[in-house]
Amino acid sequence: MAQSKTLGERLQSHGVSRRGFLKFCAATASLMALPPSMIPAIAAALEKARRPSVIWLSFQECTGCTESLTRSHTPTIEGLIFDHISLDYHHTLQAAAGDAAEAARKAAMQENEGQYLVVVDGSIPLGNPGFSTIAGVSNVDMLKETVAGAKAVIAVGTCASFGGIPHAYPNPTGAVSVSDLVKDKPVINVSGCPPVPVVITGVLSQLLTFGTLPELDHYGRPLAFFGQSIHDRCYRRPFYDKGLFAETFDDEGARKGWCLYRLGCKGPMTYNACATAKWNEGTSWPVESGHGCLGCSEPDFWDAGSFYKSLSVPTGDVARNAGYAVAAGVALGAAAGALNRAKRAGAIKRHEKVNVDDLGDDQG
Amino acid sequence: MSSWDGIDIRVESAGSAPDSWGNAVPILHEVLHALRRLAESGESTLIDVKSLPFGPGDEEQLLAALGEGEVRAKLDTLGESRIWESRYAGVWLVEHLNVDGGRVAFHIEITEVPQILCSQADDISAAVRNLETDLSDRS
Repeated sequence: MAQSKTLGERLQSHGVSRRGFLKFCAATASLMALPPSMIPAIAAALEKARRPSVIWLSFQECTGCTESLTRSHTPTIEGLIFDHISLDYHHTLQAAAGDAAEAARKAAMQENEGQYLVVVDGSIPLGNPGFSTIAGVSNVDMLKETVAGAKAVIAVGTCASFGGIPHAYPNPTGAVSVSDLVKDKPVINVSGCPPVPVVITGVLSQLLTFGTLPELDHYGRPLAFFGQSIHDRCYRRPFYDKGLFAETFDDEGARKGWCLYRLGCKGPMTYNACATAKWNEGTSWPVESGHGCLGCSEPDFWDAGSFYKSLSVPTGDVARNAGYAVAAGVALGAAAGALNRAKRAGAIKRHEKVNVDDLGDDQG
Repeated sequence: MSSWDGIDIRVESAGSAPDSWGNAVPILHEVLHALRRLAESGESTLIDVKSLPFGPGDEEQLLAALGEGEVRAKLDTLGESRIWESRYAGVWLVEHLNVDGGRVAFHIEITEVPQILCSQADDISAAVRNLETDLSDRS
């Protein structure tokens, strides 16, 4: 259960020196994608931060979001953050089961009325309450009951944020997102399939540190992580600006690491932190391993046509105007993103299915 | 089997991809501007290297360009931290690792001495109390 000790006091009682605390704050700033100049402010806020109760609800999901989080690669720092939250209910991680688990959830709600955080992964089926239940309670009823006394809700993963794969056409369960149902509480969407682990902990850190909601984009995602497109943060971007593209996965362009746009990369219309946060202990990310971005942090990405179909192929103008393109790179990227969004909307409407022939056509 | 026979196998030539992606030089210019500010007005700057969209080899190129100077230090709290001055005085590299050796933060700090190397006021106060206790135990 939540405790009144502040994080500063807890670290001190663990024998962490002031230097250690500064190191913790430096890592937290990096985790939250905040500028290093914020470290003193983080230190001041963290010293006073109190331990919040967190209830984690898993609905129509694959546990990939929890897998992503528990495999995050900064165990000391994130461990300290997780030590400092009181994770009172989480199907996958808690030892209690059945009635005891449900009793823990209800006790946490009662004891921390108006103050606890609810984290949700998975979409909520409205088609039939029996499609997904926990302890005999439908997902929608459990969400409504749990959120009623919450301070804020964090929708983790594309399923909770936008409906995700369960919401893909023809959406047999009538899956909806958290924000489709929760209208009277702040909802923070941390999309991605799965989300980047440090983004999940970064958002928790922000709430823990400052006790305030982060600044959000029009999809309710924290701007610190979703403020720039994959394309604008991609190290291959200079090749796009020069009009140098891989045309197949094994041609000269692919070997030289040219832009993957024509192989279907959805970087220009996708907002996420993969390009800087990276995956697998910071080893790499999809574009670095030679595959275009799938756009998994965007709504309806599963219905947006083939992953390998370039929705809007840049013309030769990009190459001819390379000088201008480098100078106005962001604007070009934004234009390509807008074109892609329009084409993607069309693809969703037509529900273009992907098959093996698609892959062959697109690469050839 | 016939479909396999049709697959053309090529041996990748070493170095077909670039050694770096050109992102190190702009950061070096940023360091230069920060170093000028430090020299002229004493203003310190911190650059979060982890937040930069580097491609393979960019960081290595940046570190090679900065090189290593006269000072190296090691901090041992919540895992190891490595701190070293580059070959340009006033340009420090501060790498924080977790207990498993994974990097949790990496900064270029343009300053006289990185903040984390300075003894902290709270720790100094605690040290006074500790030394007083140790001395009273001896008497």
